[in-house]
This record gives sequence, C-alpha cells and structure tokens, in this order.
Amino acid sequence: MKIEVKHREGVTIIAPKGKITIGVGDIALREAVHQALEAGAANILVELSQVTTIDSSGIGELVSAYTTVTNRGKKLALLNLPPKVADLLQITQLITVFDIYDDEDEAIKALA
Amino acid sequence: MTTKNSLLRLSIGSDLEQVDLVGVVIQSTLEQTAVDPDQTHWLVMSVREAVINAILHGNRQDPDKRVLVEVDLDGPDLIVRVEDEGQGFDPDSLPDPTAPENLLRSSGRGVFMMRQFADSIEYSFPSKRGTVVTMRKRIAPPQEEESK
Repeated sequence: MKIEVKHREGVTIIAPKGKITIGVGDIALREAVHQALEAGAANILVELSQVTTIDSSGIGELVSAYTTVTNRGKKLALLNLPPKVADLLQITQLITVFDIYDDEDEAIKALA
Repeated sequence: MTTKNSLLRLSIGSDLEQVDLVGVVIQSTLEQTAVDPDQTHWLVMSVREAVINAILHGNRQDPDKRVLVEVDLDGPDLIVRVEDEGQGFDPDSLPDPTAPENLLRSSGRGVFMMRQFADSIEYSFPSKRGTVVTMRKRIAPPQEEESK
C-alpha cells in the first residue's frame, strides 16, 4: 500500500493506494495522518479512489483519523469513495459522520 | 435433499500475516465455483473478518493455537466455518457499532459487517475447543433452486 501526500490551498490531501486492511494499510494511514498533523496541517482530505479493499480495521482507522483531527479543532473529509467503501460506510452508518465529496475542487473549497 | 461438497479445508497459525493468504485462497476457491465477483468480494471480506477475530480475540495470537477454515457447498448455499481454540465469548454481548455512543469507536465492526453479508451466522462453543462461527450464504439464483 502506498500513500501519496500533496498540499493544495492549505489542505493536506492524503491519497492511499491499495488495501487499507489490518496490519498493513491501516497503520500506514494512521502514520500519514499523524505526520500531517505534526507537520502543521490545517485540514485533511483523504482521497480514496485508489483504495481497492478496506476491512473493519481500515474503517476503524478512518474513524480514528476523523476523531484525532476533529479533537484538534480541525476538519477531515473524504473524497471519491469507491462503491464498496461507500457501501461499508453506509452499512456502518458512518456515512452520517464524514463529510464526503466526489469533486476535489468542492472539497478544497469547503476545507480551505 | 442436497449434497454437501467440501471445497476447502485450511489450518493456519494464529498470525495476522496469514489473513491475506486465507483471503487469496478463499477468493480463488469462490472464483472456481462461479460465485459472482460482487458476492465473492463480500464473502472474502466476511471470512477475513472471522479469521481476524479467531486470531486476535479467540486464540489471542498464541502461536501454539490454530485456526481452522472450512468452506462447503450445501446445495445453493455456501457454508463457511471458522474455528479457533480460544475461550469463547457471548456474541449477544457485542455492542451495536451503529448505536450513537459507539459510532466513533475505532473497533468493534467486524462481526457486524459479517452479519450484514451472510444470510445467517451461528456461533457454537464446543466444550474446551474454542469458538466455531458458521456463516451461510446463498450463492445460486433463487429461480434456479425452484426449478430443481
């Protein structure tokens, strides 16, 4: 699993690629979010279009990222959910927790 | 009367690194039984969750304990059985991860997710032999079964 990090208009965009599953992608995502916060990130956008598989640990890591960021008074939103990730967020009712976008410009506008 | 066909029997160590292996083997097995790709995805995910629970919460990653995974076809139903050697637990005691007070918890969704995708899930606790979770999922179209 690889994670690409870029910055746009003060927003840190974290884009994991591959699996966010137990013991692999979940830890990488956690580290990416913590590194972004330590580097002074304002708000964070997690771009998920290249995520191929997510499990309950990966979903849990998204929740952890959300609570970690919001507890610091910042915002975390999700961008471009693959259908199966969207299904899992719907089933677990986390769709009501996250701000979710399918357009990067719109997401940046909301977070910048 | 239907015939039960054994598709797979796999015994793994209590190591999370085995989870991906189980996923790959289950996926390959399901692809050979003409399960559609969408169902295969969710079934593989459900089996992975069951195996993760068996390793983490059942066997507590004890290297001396094994997890047994069995996949059978029972007529139109796929039966997956995951057995650990742990102490067992009360499945009714698991908190609802969709309850407002649990929504932001970082764990506790595995069994819930399995229940969403399986037609039925049963837990049994053979004496001194840990937990057995049995998932049943219909994989054949209903009209095919009616025509038999």
